[in-house]
Amino acid sequence: MYEHPEYNYKVVRQFSIMTVVWGIVGMLVGIIIAAQLAWPELNPGLPWFHFGRLRPLHTNAVIFAFGGCSLMATSFYIVQRTCQVRLFSDGLAAFVFWGWQLVIVLAVITLPLGMTSSKEYAELEWPIDILLTVVWVAYGIVFFGTVARRKTQHIYVANWFFSAFIIAVAILHVFNSLAIPVTLTKSYSIYSGTVDAMVQWWYGHNAVGFFLTAGFLGIMYYFVPKQANRPLYSYRLSVVHFWSLIAIYVWAGPHHLHYSTLPDWIQSVGMVMSLVLLAPSWGGMINGIMTLAGAWDKLRTDPILKFLVVSLSFYGMATFEGPMLAIKSVNALSHFTDWTIGHVHSGALGWVAMVSIGAMYHMIPILFGRKQGEMYSKKLIDVHFWLSTVGTVLYIASMWVNGLMQGLMWRAVNTDGTLTYSFAESVEASYPGYVVRLIGGAMFFSGMLIMAYNVWKTAQLSSQSAAGEEVSA
Amino acid sequence: MEMNDLRGIATIFCVLAFAAVVFWAYGPSRRDYFEKAGKLPFEDTEVAERGEEE
Repeated sequence: MYEHPEYNYKVVRQFSIMTVVWGIVGMLVGIIIAAQLAWPELNPGLPWFHFGRLRPLHTNAVIFAFGGCSLMATSFYIVQRTCQVRLFSDGLAAFVFWGWQLVIVLAVITLPLGMTSSKEYAELEWPIDILLTVVWVAYGIVFFGTVARRKTQHIYVANWFFSAFIIAVAILHVFNSLAIPVTLTKSYSIYSGTVDAMVQWWYGHNAVGFFLTAGFLGIMYYFVPKQANRPLYSYRLSVVHFWSLIAIYVWAGPHHLHYSTLPDWIQSVGMVMSLVLLAPSWGGMINGIMTLAGAWDKLRTDPILKFLVVSLSFYGMATFEGPMLAIKSVNALSHFTDWTIGHVHSGALGWVAMVSIGAMYHMIPILFGRKQGEMYSKKLIDVHFWLSTVGTVLYIASMWVNGLMQGLMWRAVNTDGTLTYSFAESVEASYPGYVVRLIGGAMFFSGMLIMAYNVWKTAQLSSQSAAGEEVSA
Repeated sequence: MEMNDLRGIATIFCVLAFAAVVFWAYGPSRRDYFEKAGKLPFEDTEVAERGEEE
């Protein structure tokens, strides 16, 4: 296997391959539960196959397994390349890799068995939470240790975003997961009632803000300039972007609890801060897209750049939609409807997954000793790009239609004050949307299979050429 | 001091903090520094190529 003389590419390669593997697993579970929503007969009475147990498996697998592996791969790669130094510790890096995989495997086992703390995006029970904390601290030590040993004077902005992501996620995870264990597999949160809800969504929205946004912005700030082969549009804008984004995101959580028992003024703070968040979000998006200014033609021929730039467009869409949904009166219509799920996937598929995929296509060939972006087949990257884009659009458009329809049906009243529609009628009306969503998701998933094939063939090419060199030598 | 004073102070503090970040990022004396920082992803080629071009 290819080894770089300076950098630790081994752990990056391991995380990259697992990004593809967990992406396939997580999205497959997503397809299963999407099909269960369209055809409830697919819940055949098996407790571990029920929607309620597979749904947290899907979210954990795509966010922490697929997204997490992608972030760890790219952060270890970027921190080495921009600090021009090898990772702080190979042993600890290996521990982070195997520890993270163990956490994921434990999630895959316990969640279908129904072992859950029932906290959204933090369902894992306390022993796994503790393991995750240990692995995360090791991750932090490797990352910050590498930054501390850097040979460059300046710390490149991508590393700032990764730093914020690592620190914030550590704080969020520890405080949200504080619980009293009852047995090995059951614990109760130390918070109760409204406070529990607020801590949950302080965590939940910052998981979006720091895990799914700051971390992936780190990816964007390195791979967009690298793939376009031009420096960032404005490095100074990235500085303002960083500080405003991390300062504002932490306040946005209460928008998940509009019209709840949460004090009104906190709801208003959450709403206003969410609206303000539009500015730094779009600042970052513009900074990324404008990096291509003067080289737009590259978008025609380079499918990797297409992935990266279209991911930024989806990021812009999702971060416009988010503040809108945080407005109380809009939220009164959208809450509990499929609009929310559409919004999440506009960010998750369009932004998080597509920016990761673009970065992987750039990086994986390098990790196998080839030149950047030199995958086995460029044509297949292009096919993957179109499957992802069309799949995402189908997904979010069907959920918009469903969400608006559900919101309007639920609030419709007759002249005598009775409800016009029963809840079951809104479920029945959602059926076409659920089928379209499944088709969109299946398209996105099939793109991941194509990616896996392309990665496999790239690895083969690399080992063949290495074998050839040995023979000629 | 009542609650609204605290809210006012917090708002002013946020505005000042933002202004400070903007001043720091766009200050003329740091122009070259940030210009150079933006090129950082392209400066590792020498190290990287030791492995990539055999």
